[in-house]
Amino acid sequence: MSLRRTLATALRVLRQLGHDPRTIVLLLAVPCVLQILVRALFADRPAVFQSLGVPLLGLFPFVAMFIVTSITMLRERVSGTLERLMTTPLARGDLLTGYALAFALVATVQATLVSLLSFGLLGLDAGHRPASVVALAIANAVLGMALGLFASAFARTEFQAVQFMPAFVLPQILLCGLLVPRDEMAEWLQAISAVLPLTYAYDALARLASEAPLGARFWADVLIVVGATVLALVLGAGTVRRRTP
Amino acid sequence: MSSTISVRTLRVVRGRREVLHGIELEVEAGRVTGLLGPSGSGKTTLMRAIVGVQIVADGSVSVLGLPAGTPTLRARVGYQTQAPSVYADLTVLENLDYFAAILGASRARVAEVVALVGLQGLERQLAVSLSGGELARLSLAAALLNDPEVLVLDEPTVGLDPVLRRDLWGFFHELADAGTTLFVSSHVMDEADRCDALVLLWEGRVLVTGTPESLRQRTGAADLDAAFLALIDGAGGARS
Repeated sequence: MSLRRTLATALRVLRQLGHDPRTIVLLLAVPCVLQILVRALFADRPAVFQSLGVPLLGLFPFVAMFIVTSITMLRERVSGTLERLMTTPLARGDLLTGYALAFALVATVQATLVSLLSFGLLGLDAGHRPASVVALAIANAVLGMALGLFASAFARTEFQAVQFMPAFVLPQILLCGLLVPRDEMAEWLQAISAVLPLTYAYDALARLASEAPLGARFWADVLIVVGATVLALVLGAGTVRRRTP
Repeated sequence: MSSTISVRTLRVVRGRREVLHGIELEVEAGRVTGLLGPSGSGKTTLMRAIVGVQIVADGSVSVLGLPAGTPTLRARVGYQTQAPSVYADLTVLENLDYFAAILGASRARVAEVVALVGLQGLERQLAVSLSGGELARLSLAAALLNDPEVLVLDEPTVGLDPVLRRDLWGFFHELADAGTTLFVSSHVMDEADRCDALVLLWEGRVLVTGTPESLRQRTGAADLDAAFLALIDGAGGARS
């Protein structure tokens, strides 16, 4: 691995994004608009907004980065640039870390913006420090990126890649505890939920939003999210091959 | 003369089909060797094996005395894929900057290759807005950045106008004169005469190798097109 090549890759990914201002606006504006909608929807029930607001804030980057990464990586595979890169001294680790750095940076901007809006204008109570919410949002973004990278290996077209969003992401959102608390779910649903990384991301966010002390469970959640990210990156690296059939 | 690329009993299976059936090949240093053959004859697969991105079933490929795909070779071998493999959503300069960073080439070298392939004045254009010929030259420029000892070019002149094709072949010979070994594929037989040496690939087998002159003499044909047809008809006759 080489720092120069990793940074060059991150810069390249950011430049690609830079030439697509519409995507940047969508990435930054859509979560804000959604958060405003949720706030308006529960205008009479601030407690509901309080319980939804912080988890949503942490989940937006997860979904966004999953989509953006899976499409970018698919393009890289289809256009032949990945094949060209694989004939150069670029290590697979350089490529994946470069991607992770670039999208983590985008996620930081995204999460900071939604946080400023939510904690400032919309009156969301951060519970614990708002900076921890942003940090967790970034961790979720990198998790989404890693899963997107992995998922892109199974798509042949951009249509398929977009369909992987509901396939990989929606079940995790349904089962993470956001809609129905996990202990109220049927046992088999709980079992599935227990192996989905977003469950732990949500749990950590919910703990951040509450007044209760964070406790060991919070740190276990964070560790699991980081572990799942590393695992997805390793699996993703396994799908980027120098030699192909 | 010494061989820069050496292929021994190379077999490649894609899906359930064997696409290369025991290729034997020597590519000599400092020359332009043309790999000719119709579409589907296995040219791209052979080139991918030489740059080390093709899973091979059997046989060996060595480049500059090392097994193809050896990490140290990646900085010494340049490869241009058949489709222009550059980032459509980056400018000419941003594309080359990125590949230069990866290959360890300097900013000065980026300006140099832009001039070499005649893309001056287009540096700030997005690759997506380039014409087919410009895009092909950008893709070639990226392969030239680290001044590789071996250049493997997959149909670099396909779809280009005759003037540009002539210029590119001239440029390939300048590179060869400076010591670079070029292995260039084409399915256009009239490009064969522009090569120092030829390899004719037919249905996954090397049908014939030699200089353009020796092939003409061997078949008694006036032009290479006729020579190849005679050779291909001979091969078809032998099999049936």
